[in-house]
Amino acid sequence: MSDVPEVKPPVVTPVRVVIALCLIAPFVAMLWVGSYAKTDPDFIGIPFFYWYQMLWVLISTVLTMTAYKLWQRDQRARTGGAAK
Amino acid sequence: MNDGVNGVALAVFIFFFLAVTVVGFLAARWRRAENEASLDEWGLGGRSFGTWITWFLLGGDLYTAYTFVAVPAAIYAAGAAGFFAVPYTILVYPLIFTFLPRLWSVSHKHGYVTTSDFVRGRFGSKGLSLAVAVTGILATMPYIALQLVGIQAVLDVMGVGGGEDTNWFVKDLPLLIAFGVLAAYTYSSGLRAPALIAFVKDTLIYIVIAVAIIYIPIKLGGFDDIFAKAGEAFAQTNPATGAPRGALVPAEAGQWTYATLALGSALALFMYPHSITATLSSKSREVIRRNTTILPLYSLMLGLLALLGFMAIAAGVKVSNGQLAIPQLFEDMFPDWFAGVAFAAIGIGALVPAAIMSIAAANLFTRNIYKDFIKPDATPAQETKVSKLVSLLVKVGALVFVLTMDKTVAINFQLLGGIWILQTFPALVGGLFTRWFHRWALLAGWAVGMIYGTAAAYGVASPTQKHFGGSSKEIPGIGEIGYIGLTAFVLNVVVTVVLTFVLKALKAPDGVDETRPEDYTADAGDPGVEVELPPATAGTSH
Repeated sequence: MSDVPEVKPPVVTPVRVVIALCLIAPFVAMLWVGSYAKTDPDFIGIPFFYWYQMLWVLISTVLTMTAYKLWQRDQRARTGGAAK
Repeated sequence: MNDGVNGVALAVFIFFFLAVTVVGFLAARWRRAENEASLDEWGLGGRSFGTWITWFLLGGDLYTAYTFVAVPAAIYAAGAAGFFAVPYTILVYPLIFTFLPRLWSVSHKHGYVTTSDFVRGRFGSKGLSLAVAVTGILATMPYIALQLVGIQAVLDVMGVGGGEDTNWFVKDLPLLIAFGVLAAYTYSSGLRAPALIAFVKDTLIYIVIAVAIIYIPIKLGGFDDIFAKAGEAFAQTNPATGAPRGALVPAEAGQWTYATLALGSALALFMYPHSITATLSSKSREVIRRNTTILPLYSLMLGLLALLGFMAIAAGVKVSNGQLAIPQLFEDMFPDWFAGVAFAAIGIGALVPAAIMSIAAANLFTRNIYKDFIKPDATPAQETKVSKLVSLLVKVGALVFVLTMDKTVAINFQLLGGIWILQTFPALVGGLFTRWFHRWALLAGWAVGMIYGTAAAYGVASPTQKHFGGSSKEIPGIGEIGYIGLTAFVLNVVVTVVLTFVLKALKAPDGVDETRPEDYTADAGDPGVEVELPPATAGTSH
């Protein structure tokens, strides 16, 4: 369910690969618990484990937003192309 | 902690409670359409909600009072393991970004009110749709009960819960009143009531969190001290288990559990009927995509809230019932009036999801049991009437549940509910992308997942409970400890895929698909997509 196959013509395009990556990245980062299961370095006294995951809330928001914008552009380009 | 009533806090609590009651009843007049008698109006707010209302509604719906009490309570009890709620809510949004807009489109094209409506339309199988509906109702009931547990926790700390020796009626009276009020305005205003109240709730919650996360650490000497004290507390051996109480960072062995819990819960969240109800009430598919980019604000808040669990330890809060840790922390730390605001936030935080959940469960019953099996020729007005009544029944059921049974029963069922609801994922999300799965294979996969999940959860013991002691267990074949729901889900998918091959080879009848590929990408304004007033019976007319 990585990419959203909504339109027929070339289904896989570079833009869509980027969209897919944006959506998959949080899964890789969060499910790889070993990569962040440690206390140092801390941030204002909060162990790494906690602030790192909270930082990912922001990162994943930016990534989802990017995916959304790219997807909108992709769709607009396609419906515009179909009208010609 | 029942050493007298906290008068100031109680007064503030009652003030906010009265305010939202008025809002709840007035909501019926808010953005009212002409066709009030249809289920779309009562049960989906006329499907007219824009980005911000949807944001508040979904936020109010997903981040419940129980979440606010239980997540920090889990941290208070065991440390790092309880923090999985944060990665869980991070993963939810990229996930729903891919499939919810498709569900919105097909539902608006065909007038589907519930996920079961879609499953029936897509696979032409009333049996499969019934399985999805029953699972949804079963999973939602204990969830509503837990909202009551959240209110009870607050009432207890304020001292109005009564001691052990008070008469049961006096003891439960505040809860009865709260619920009577909730039931009355849900009945009269439908989904509009929680949508409006969600504004009040979230504003209060954000204020409380912002204050708590700055004020409490200052009082406790900063995060360094808080985590140092928490670390010491976790290192102490728990006499019941002979192991340390918890840890600041999950150990090697706990990492599988952490990751599978986060993933499994993320997959399950939007299978819950109340999440879908809030989604379908939005007015366009863009509203949903846009919401996936702004909903993470709540996750940030959840993360901060989770840290309160550490603060409760550092502040020396000692409670036997972990659920009371956070309300007690507020009572100890804040001046009375602000504690009242915080309690009101939690209390109102319980009302919003409880209202939406009962509406969602009622919609499932009406559309997929009453109309499909009992009275196929029901008119939209009759559907709405049944739905309203069922929403009352569901709430009374939850109330009886909480008042007559031990709290742990509600928590056990909630745990099972999460495992169960995840088993509807292949039919729903699979169905949104492909018609390849066979309906009987999906039904068999669902059954296997349900049975495995229930049996596995039954077999988990904890120091305090013989059964349903937790939600994770050794994953067969891998040997690591993982979330039972996810293991059951994988089994479910394997069974579904294998049986689909078999059934296709045997040429088993495949059912009629009433949807077309273009239905999944339709947006508001496209022909056939009626935003304001879709015919409530469109999905069942053929």
